[in-house]
Amino acid sequence: MIPVECYFALSAILFFIGVYGFTTRRNLIAMLISVELILNAVDINFAAINRLLYPNGNEGMFMTLFVIGVAAAESAVAISIIINVYRKFKSDSVDAIKNLKR
Amino acid sequence: MFSYTLFIMLLPLLSFIVLGLAGMKMQHKVAGLIGTCSLGIVTILSYLTAFQYFGMDRVDGVYQTFVPYNFTWLPLGNLHFDLGILLDPISVMMLIVISTVSLMVHIYSFGYMHGEKGFQRYYAFLSLFTMSMLGLVLATNIFQMYMFWELVGVSSYLLIGFYYPLKPAIAASKKAFIVTRFADMFFLVGILTFGYFVDSFSFSFAGDIVMGQGTTPFIEGNIAKAVAAGGFIIPTALVLMFIGGAGKSAMFPLHIWLPDAMEGPTPVSALIHAATMVVAGVFQIARMFPLWIEYAPQAMSIVVWVGVFTAFYAAAVACAQSDIKRVLAFSTISQIAFMMVALGVSLPGHHGAVLDNHAQLGYMAGMFHLFTHAMFKACLFLGAGCIIHAVHSNEMALMGGLRKYMPITHITFLISCLAIAGIPFFSGFSSKDEIITACMEYSPVVGWIMTGIAAMTAFYMFRLYYGIFWGTENKEAHEHHTPHEAPLTMTIPLIVLCVITVGVGVYTTLGGFMEWGGSFGSYVSAAGTDYTIHFNTQIALTSTVIAILSICLATYIYKGESQPIADRLYKTFPKLHRAAYKRFYQDEIWQYVTHRIIFRCVSTPIAWFDRHVVDGTFNFLAWGANEAGESIRSWQSGDVRQYAVWFITGTVALTLILLCI
Amino acid sequence: MFIILAVFIIVSALMCVATTRIVRAATFMLFVLLGVAGIYFLLDYTFLGAAQIAVYAGGVTMVFVFAIQLVSKRALQGLEKRVKAGTMAVGALCALAGLAVVSLILLKAGFLTQEIANVEVPMKEIGTALVGSGKYQYVLPFEFISVFLLACIIGGLVVARKEEEA
Repeated sequence: MIPVECYFALSAILFFIGVYGFTTRRNLIAMLISVELILNAVDINFAAINRLLYPNGNEGMFMTLFVIGVAAAESAVAISIIINVYRKFKSDSVDAIKNLKR
Repeated sequence: MFSYTLFIMLLPLLSFIVLGLAGMKMQHKVAGLIGTCSLGIVTILSYLTAFQYFGMDRVDGVYQTFVPYNFTWLPLGNLHFDLGILLDPISVMMLIVISTVSLMVHIYSFGYMHGEKGFQRYYAFLSLFTMSMLGLVLATNIFQMYMFWELVGVSSYLLIGFYYPLKPAIAASKKAFIVTRFADMFFLVGILTFGYFVDSFSFSFAGDIVMGQGTTPFIEGNIAKAVAAGGFIIPTALVLMFIGGAGKSAMFPLHIWLPDAMEGPTPVSALIHAATMVVAGVFQIARMFPLWIEYAPQAMSIVVWVGVFTAFYAAAVACAQSDIKRVLAFSTISQIAFMMVALGVSLPGHHGAVLDNHAQLGYMAGMFHLFTHAMFKACLFLGAGCIIHAVHSNEMALMGGLRKYMPITHITFLISCLAIAGIPFFSGFSSKDEIITACMEYSPVVGWIMTGIAAMTAFYMFRLYYGIFWGTENKEAHEHHTPHEAPLTMTIPLIVLCVITVGVGVYTTLGGFMEWGGSFGSYVSAAGTDYTIHFNTQIALTSTVIAILSICLATYIYKGESQPIADRLYKTFPKLHRAAYKRFYQDEIWQYVTHRIIFRCVSTPIAWFDRHVVDGTFNFLAWGANEAGESIRSWQSGDVRQYAVWFITGTVALTLILLCI
Repeated sequence: MFIILAVFIIVSALMCVATTRIVRAATFMLFVLLGVAGIYFLLDYTFLGAAQIAVYAGGVTMVFVFAIQLVSKRALQGLEKRVKAGTMAVGALCALAGLAVVSLILLKAGFLTQEIANVEVPMKEIGTALVGSGKYQYVLPFEFISVFLLACIIGGLVVARKEEEA
C-alpha cells in the first residue's frame, strides 16, 4: 500500500509547480496551463484522501468529478476572454493588459 | 432705581446698528436725525442720572456706589468677566461730559459734514464711539473697561480713516490704532497680573471708598494675597496699566498718533481726540486711584514725571506748528499731561481716615480739569472746524484777519483761549490753578515747571488766535472765496459750550474767593466727601499774572500786520524752530526703532523661523506622505502575476502565523 | 508503479512551466493529465480516470491547442523572449516557501491509513448516486454543474464573438 503521505507530497509538488508557472510565465495561455496543473493537483488530493482515509464514502470521487467538469468550463471561458484580449490589445502577453498607469 | 441707565448704553448701540446696516438706504438728514435724537435722549438720561445721583443723600459723608446692572458674562474658575453699569461720582461726571460733548458734535456735524459721501456711516461710527466710551466709564470690572477701551480704539480708527480714499488718512488711522494697541498690550498684561494675584477683576461695590480703610477696587479679590506674594506686584501691574493708559492718552513717547489723527474730520477730533477718548487714560488712573494711593505711592512719581515731560514737550512743539489742528492737538496732549500730573501728585497722606489736603486736591483738580478741558477744547476744535470750513484749509498761512468775517466763531474762540490760558472767571482758571496748587504742595520744582508750561500754553494759544483772526489777510485766497460765518447748526454748539465754560468759570471763581460751598469738589473728590476748594490766593495771583504776561507777549509778537520779532527769532534759531516744527523728530525716532531694530532684528528672524521651521515641518510631513504614497504605488501595477505572488505570500504567511499560534 | 507515475508527472510539469515554446507546454500538460489519470487508475477509480482522460486530456487540451493557434502566432514560432531572472527568482521563492509550509503541515499531521479492499466502485452505484436525491446523493451538484456549464458556454460565446460592424 502506498502511504497517503506520498500522494500528499506528489500533490503538493504539483501544486507549487503550477504556482511557479503562474507567477513566472508571461504568456496568457501558459498561465492558464499552470492553473490546470494546480487544479489537477487538488484532484489527486481529493481522490487519495477519499480512497485511503475515508473508504466508506464517495464524496471525494464526486468532488473530483465535478472539479474536472468545472475546470473544463472555466478554461473555456478563460480562452474566450483571452481571444477577446488578443483582439483588443493585439498581444498575448500579460503585460498588455496592465492598464494601470505606472 | 437707576434702571433707566441701561438705555444710556443701549440707545447708541441701537443707533449704530440701525445706521450701520440700513444707513446707506436712508437720506442723509434722516440718518443724522436718528443719530442725534438717540444721543439727545442719552444726554437727557445722563443729566437725569446725575441729578438723581448727586441729589441723593450721602452715607457717612460719601456718595454711595450704585450697580444697577451686573451680570457675569464669562466665568473662568475663580475669575469672571462681568458686564454691568457702575455709578459713582467720577463715572456720573464722565457721563455728563461725554453725552454733552457728543451731542454738541452730533449737532455740529449736521452742518460740517453736509453733503459728504458717507454721512450715514459717519453718524453710525459716532454712535459706536459714544456707546463704547459710555461703556468704558460705566464699567463694573476692569475687563469690561478693557473691552470698551478697545472698542473706543476701533471707533477712533474708523473715524480717523473716514476719508479713506486719501492716503494720509489711512496711514494716520493705522498709526493711531497700532500705537494704542501696542500700549494696550501692556494694559492687558497689567490686568492679567492683577487677576492672577488678586483673583478678581471687579471694582468694589462695597459702597464706601474711604481710603485707608482697605476698601479698594477688586474688593472681591484678595489684595492681601497679592501683597504677600511680593510688594512689587501691585505697583508693577498698576504701572503696566498706566502704560496702556499713556498710549491712549498720548503721553510721551506714545503720543505720536494724536497729531496725525487730525486727518479725520474736525468734529471727530473734537469728540474723540480732545474731550473723551484721550482722557480714558486719566479716567483709568482715577478709577484705580485707591490702589495707587495704598499700594503704589512710589510709582506715582512715574506718572508725575511722564506727565511733566509730556506737557513741556507738547507745549514746545505747539509753539512752532503752522496747522491749526496740529496746534490744538499738541495743546490737548499738554493739557492731558496736566491732568496726569494732577493725579500723580496726590501722595498718600493719611490722618486717620481722612486724606491729606493735597491728596484730595490733586485728584479733584485733575477731574475738574478733565471736565472743563473737555468743554473748552471741544469748543476750540469746533471753532477750528468752522474756520477750516470757511477757508478750506488747515494752514495758518492762509488765514488772518478773519475776525471781520466770522464774528461768532471769533468770540467763542477767544473765550475758549482765555479759558485755556487760565484767566479768572473762565473755567480753565479754577481747574488749572488747583492743579498748580497741588503741584506746589507736592514739590515746588514741579509746581514752578507747571506754571511755566501754563505760561507757554497761554502763549501759543494766543499765537494761534492772533494768527487766525488778526494779522494780515490773505487777500488772494479771499478773492476766490470770501470766508463766511458758519451755518447755525455749527455755531450753536460753539455758543453752548462757551456758555458752559463761562458759567462754570464764573461760579467756581466767585465760589472759590467767596468760599461758597457746593462746587465741583462737593461732587467729585478722592475720598468721596465734600471737599471745598480753598483758593490759595498767592498761587492764584501768580498764575494769573504769568498768564496775562504771556498773552501780552503773544499780542506783542503776533498781533500786528507783520511780525518782525517772530521773523527775527526764526532767523536766529532756525534749527530749533525746525526741530520744534518737526516735533523734535519723535516720529523719525519711532520709525528708526521699529524698522531698524524691531523689524530687522526681531521680526525677520521670527519670520524666517516661521517660514522655514514651522512651515518646513509641515512641508516635510507632506513630502513624506507623498513619497510613501509614491513608493506604495508600484504595488498597484495591474500585473496579475504580481498579485498572485502577493496572494501566495500572504496565504503562506497567514498559515505560518496560525501554525505558530 | 506509483513512483514511475509520480516521476513522470513531476518531470512533465517542470518541463511544462520551464519551456519557452507554448506548444511544448501544451504537450507536457497533456502528459501531466495522462499521468494523473494513471494515478486515478492506481487508486481504483476507473470511472474517474476515464472521465479525466475524456474531458481533460481530450477536450481541454484540444481547446488549448486551438487557442494557441489563434492567439500566440509569434509564440508558435519560438520568438518568445526569455523570462526575466528576477521574476523567476521571485516565483521560485514563493513556490518553495509555500511548498515548505504545506509539507510541514501535511507531514506533521498524523494520518491513519485504513485498510481497504482493492475493489473499484461499481458503475451502477456511481450512476444512482449521481442522480439520486437521497442522503449522500448528488443530484443537486449535478444539476448545478449542468446550469454552470450552460452559463459558461453562453458566456464564452458572448465574450468571444466578433464585434458587429458599426
